[in-house]
Amino acid sequence: MTFGTVILIGLKEVWAHKFRSLLTMLGIILGVSSLVGMAAIIKGMENGMRETMVAMGGADKVLLEQQDVPVEQEHLADQAPGRTMADVTALQKSAPLLRTISPEMRIDRATLTRGEKNSNPSECVGVYPSVLEMNLHTLAHGRFFTDLDEEEAKPVCVIGTGIRDDLFGSPEQTGRDIIPIGEVVFINDQPFTVVGMFERYEGEQQRKQREAMAREPEQTQAGPSRMRGFGRRGGNWAFDRKNQTVYIPLNTAWIRFRAAGDKDGIPDPRLTDIDLKVTGMEELEPALQQARNVLMMTHRGIEDFGFRTQEGQLETINQQIRNARMSGGVIAAISLLVGGIGIMNIMLASINERIREIGICKAVGATGTAVFAQVLIESMVIALMGALLGVANSYAFVRVLELVTPAANAPVITLEAMLLSVFFSGAVGIVAGLFPAFKAARLHPIQALRYE
Amino acid sequence: MPLVELRNVSKVYHLGGEEIRALDDVTLDIETAEFISIIGPSGSGKSTLMHILGCLDSPSQGTILLDGVMIHNASSRELAAIRNRKIGFVFQFFNLLPKLNVLQNVELPMIYSGVGGKVRHERAMHALEQVGMANRAKHRPSQLSGGQQQRTAIARALVNNPRIIFADEPTGNLDSHTGEAILQLFRNLSQEGRTIILVTHDPEIAAVTPRRIEIRDGKVAEKVDIKLAGLDRAPIPTAGDITSLPDACR
Repeated sequence: MTFGTVILIGLKEVWAHKFRSLLTMLGIILGVSSLVGMAAIIKGMENGMRETMVAMGGADKVLLEQQDVPVEQEHLADQAPGRTMADVTALQKSAPLLRTISPEMRIDRATLTRGEKNSNPSECVGVYPSVLEMNLHTLAHGRFFTDLDEEEAKPVCVIGTGIRDDLFGSPEQTGRDIIPIGEVVFINDQPFTVVGMFERYEGEQQRKQREAMAREPEQTQAGPSRMRGFGRRGGNWAFDRKNQTVYIPLNTAWIRFRAAGDKDGIPDPRLTDIDLKVTGMEELEPALQQARNVLMMTHRGIEDFGFRTQEGQLETINQQIRNARMSGGVIAAISLLVGGIGIMNIMLASINERIREIGICKAVGATGTAVFAQVLIESMVIALMGALLGVANSYAFVRVLELVTPAANAPVITLEAMLLSVFFSGAVGIVAGLFPAFKAARLHPIQALRYE
Repeated sequence: MPLVELRNVSKVYHLGGEEIRALDDVTLDIETAEFISIIGPSGSGKSTLMHILGCLDSPSQGTILLDGVMIHNASSRELAAIRNRKIGFVFQFFNLLPKLNVLQNVELPMIYSGVGGKVRHERAMHALEQVGMANRAKHRPSQLSGGQQQRTAIARALVNNPRIIFADEPTGNLDSHTGEAILQLFRNLSQEGRTIILVTHDPEIAAVTPRRIEIRDGKVAEKVDIKLAGLDRAPIPTAGDITSLPDACR
């Protein structure tokens, strides 16, 4: 019996009982769309997390953290030097496995003002130019700090677009992209000249959304404006945070904000952060050991520091994704299984209806194998049709999901999920068809012919 | 050598511990190109005999030689192949597949024997021409009259060029006029040299065939019941060979 004929007969059978077939397929349709939808959500989550990771400086960034001294050194705790420029110089000179070292001196509670407007940056930090590489910043306009700026502690700053939006107005409000190079802003009442501005950082989804918004003309809205869906509409917090950055030269930060002393009148020479990047991820361990040795020298053996790598964070993210995948997969597998049971049920009913027909086929010479194959293929046809409808349905499903998930995690339909679900449904169809097919193949021709 | 040789064939059913001998020690020869009717009241075992001869069932005891092949202990797979190549069935209730059209119904046996699409179509059309149904090839069984359905069924039985054609009460569901036409068709086929076995309880139909086998209580009746066999109704051929009959009787 040719394969094409059997498939044709199967399709005819499906078409002859349209409603019944649809109900049967519903299990598979829902199973497939939940599998594809689930995979799309997880993919969206993954993308969001990856983007966050990059926005925070990439996976190879290592934070040199201040730590409490170990128990056996507790009596030396008040002599702990903390992280200072001495550490940075020593590391630069003696730790060749470190590619980039970026010292940071943060100005706490900084406020930027310009006329009536003010802005609270996510971080207002004195930095070396190496911070660009460290935090993966890209300068869109103007320049970054020169050695002269650093040497003379010039009152200059480089800002993110978020700060620009706050102080000068965003492109959405003003209708043009304001580039505030040369303008003067006040950081905690001290005048600074803006010499550069970073590009606008945003996730893939966010950018698409913004571009779509820009294409559409302003819509007049009746009533109060409201947000669609749940969650932060703003998108990825990591990008928002990055756009709110203000950088000034490290020396400027020291002279203008620290050297005058804090409330006790004693200047605090400690840095708030030292970030490191190693030459290669495979050399992470030796590089950190090298840095540790150098720092033990400068800290006179007091271990008041520690390293935090992003690797641990990456591992956590991967773990989360794996878990989500697992639970999603289990749910989808269960619904496909239920769909398979539905198919088996309907196939049993269907062969019961057609016992006479099976008898006729056997009388004219159909072997058990031929009958077996026919029932099996029919059940597979139902399952695969369900799978195709399910894939189509999943597009609609994902459209709905897009409305309720935050932009950074917008679900993405993947080809693998589709192929996997179609393949899996085919397998479910075969497994579900096995028992009915076996039953049909075993029918005795005479009894089948006499069946009323 | 006869086409079919039955030797001491019995078929025993067990129903709730009770033994029912549907066929009891039947010995029978059927020659090629014979036109035979198997007659007997319902429950006599004639259907069982037909099923065993038609390879739909296996006997409990005895040996059967069909076309030189021992079939009494063949597997169901081998039986299916024999049914497909050597045997054609015509049933009382036509037994056409309702979802296929006339042509597809006739093609069905060839699909199972793996005949290619083009040859299949040609042979099916040829068989339909033989029974005068070629102009209805695209119709569904439900759109046909009983006589037309039975002609389609006969075309299906013919299409694989079988050695024997079994017809189980082929006129049972037809009015007498249509039934007569169907019987005429069988007579024509018989004259073309085909072996045809009619199973019936109706003496009038049995009267058509030159040879009659009467089954009573699972055994071949030694003496044919004149009335049951329809022999009291002339004209009857005396010789077994129908070709020796005068033209008027054909």
